[in-house]
Amino acid sequence: MAIKLKELAGKPERLAPGHRFCSGCAEPIIIRQILNAIEEPVVVGMATGCAEVATTMFPTTAYNVPWIHNAFENAATTISGAEAMYRSLVRQGKIPERDIRFIAFGGDGATYDIGLQFLSGALERGHRFIYVCLNNEAYMNTGIQRSSATPRGAATTTAPAGSVIPGKVQWRKPLTDIIAAHRIPYVAQAAPSRWRDLMQKARKAAAADGPSFINVYASCNRGWRHPTDATIDITKLAVDTCYWPLFEVENGVWKLSYKPREKKPIEEWLKTQGRFRHLFQPQFRHIIGEIQAHIDEEWENLLKKCEA
Amino acid sequence: MVVSTKMALDGAHAAARAMQQINPDVLAAYPITPQTAIVQTFSQYVADGEVDTEFIAVESEHAAMSACVGAAAAGGRVMTATAANGLALMWEIVYIAASMRLPIVMAVVNRALSAPLNIHCDHSDSMGAREAGWIQLYSETAQEAYDNLIQAVRIAEHPDLLLPVMVMQDGFITGHGLERMEVLEDSAVRDFIGTYKAKYSLLDIDHPITFGAWDMYDYYFEHKRQQTDAMSKAMKVIVDVGEEFGKISGRSYGIFDAYAMDDAELAIIVLSSTAGTARTSVKELRAEGVKIGLLKPRVFRPFPAQEFVDALKGVKAVAVLDRSISFGAMDGAGPLFLEVCAALFAAGLKTKVVNYIYGLGGRDIFPQHFAQVASDLQDITATGKVKSLVSYLGLRE
Repeated sequence: MAIKLKELAGKPERLAPGHRFCSGCAEPIIIRQILNAIEEPVVVGMATGCAEVATTMFPTTAYNVPWIHNAFENAATTISGAEAMYRSLVRQGKIPERDIRFIAFGGDGATYDIGLQFLSGALERGHRFIYVCLNNEAYMNTGIQRSSATPRGAATTTAPAGSVIPGKVQWRKPLTDIIAAHRIPYVAQAAPSRWRDLMQKARKAAAADGPSFINVYASCNRGWRHPTDATIDITKLAVDTCYWPLFEVENGVWKLSYKPREKKPIEEWLKTQGRFRHLFQPQFRHIIGEIQAHIDEEWENLLKKCEA
Repeated sequence: MVVSTKMALDGAHAAARAMQQINPDVLAAYPITPQTAIVQTFSQYVADGEVDTEFIAVESEHAAMSACVGAAAAGGRVMTATAANGLALMWEIVYIAASMRLPIVMAVVNRALSAPLNIHCDHSDSMGAREAGWIQLYSETAQEAYDNLIQAVRIAEHPDLLLPVMVMQDGFITGHGLERMEVLEDSAVRDFIGTYKAKYSLLDIDHPITFGAWDMYDYYFEHKRQQTDAMSKAMKVIVDVGEEFGKISGRSYGIFDAYAMDDAELAIIVLSSTAGTARTSVKELRAEGVKIGLLKPRVFRPFPAQEFVDALKGVKAVAVLDRSISFGAMDGAGPLFLEVCAALFAAGLKTKVVNYIYGLGGRDIFPQHFAQVASDLQDITATGKVKSLVSYLGLRE
């Protein structure tokens, strides 16, 4: 399971260069880390979204592995169909067993919102597949509209900050908990700033005998309003403020993957991004305190789950 | 000729039996009345080890078609079944399946679309899907539903087509109506459909393929042209497969089932189970000396325009019966009528054609309705005038 840089460097790339992602986007970093971490052959499914349009504009493709896009909401179901076909054909002796891993990628729109039923159904059916949420906390492909992953206080184009309303009013949906409640073999939260942790989680997910899920924090500099070279720093800060804790749930056992030596105040992270700029105006400043209190509570809950 | 067994089956069980004999690699489906018996019966075949199929019991019809797309792209034989709101729910992926050129076969047990909720037969579900890029075959009986499903596999997988096929039967009337029919031997079905080797497969990891790439305005149009070209080749394949099926079953299939059309001056055109009632009525009318015939189309997509023109040459007045409404179309007509009119007009024929909407939400149609239709057609030929372009049969006004 150990991730060795030397070995990784010699592996052929599964996501080829020359794609159309924005500079500074976290998604190609994550896709590359995950696909290269997995040692078995892979078949990839992808929901409609940034990653899909940035990699497969006909007649080009950025994939050196089999890949399918069906629609926005149904990447989990599509890959479950492919996985079922694989099992069927191998069982019937129509094709040889090749130890293939099936992976579906979807953004937070595809995963938290429009595709939640599809993902839940595929998890319940027990297909052996890895679902990766590329979570950039809004519908970035269509122009930064709010999703249920968008945090409270963030400005989006459908929950803009105005003089009266301070961006999104609601808290983000605790999706990783919801997925863990499906009691599947492996669930994790990860971030590309701790790449070794992310890649190890990808390998654990690939080894799980059943469905697995990784929610990966994927900064979007266009939507979050930060410089293109700050992607990894901002992700690191999200982890160090305990806004985006890294953990895994392996066969029902919760385990913290990383505990910051010093939990940094959320304000430090909020001020790195234009989407939170309005929170620093006097009339909205109290929201920062609410966000801090919410993070503290969630973090304590997580620690309890991991200690139990 | 191969051996077949006479059995009493309803349409849904007949469809399930065809699916068992086809033995698809993957079947993904969600139960909905009146299709339920198909998915239940098939589940029992799976439970009893009578099929090799991987059955995916999905959480919705949208997921059923979504899983079918993933499974079909992975290179094997794929089937599903649905009705009414189920077909409506899978709408988005019905188009995607066809546009990705995946030869999926779907049994549709026709049922009215909501609202109001109604579980009984009309054709609003499959007629709504008529522009989705699927081949559509309509069945009058359980036997035809069974036969059409077996042929659909060969049609869909034909290398010139690679188009999905939906096979319709009327909800409850055919779906739940017990009939005496002939079931072929498993080996005969297996030999007829042969093995399927997809040209491209997601599972071919040594030759990775990108499925479902997106197009800008520089390629989308060409892809659509390829799709419509494939559809234009379908009629020949459907006829060839129908003839070949005749050789193993004694039941050949073409584009229409024509009854008493040779010297007909009046004609009735109607799909599916209603053709049975219509045939009886035509027989009675013929006995009274009325020169009337019946044309029951089996193929609606692709639409057999030239074949309609040929079949209706010499006919003076035609009644097209529709079990659905194309809301907002000319006089609120039905889709079959509109297509027949377009075919005749484009061929320069001046045949008088009228439309009857009937049977919505499972409303019964009786022989006296056909007597009324025949009488209207006789008036039209006598006066040269059409009083009402679109009328309703069995409706309380």
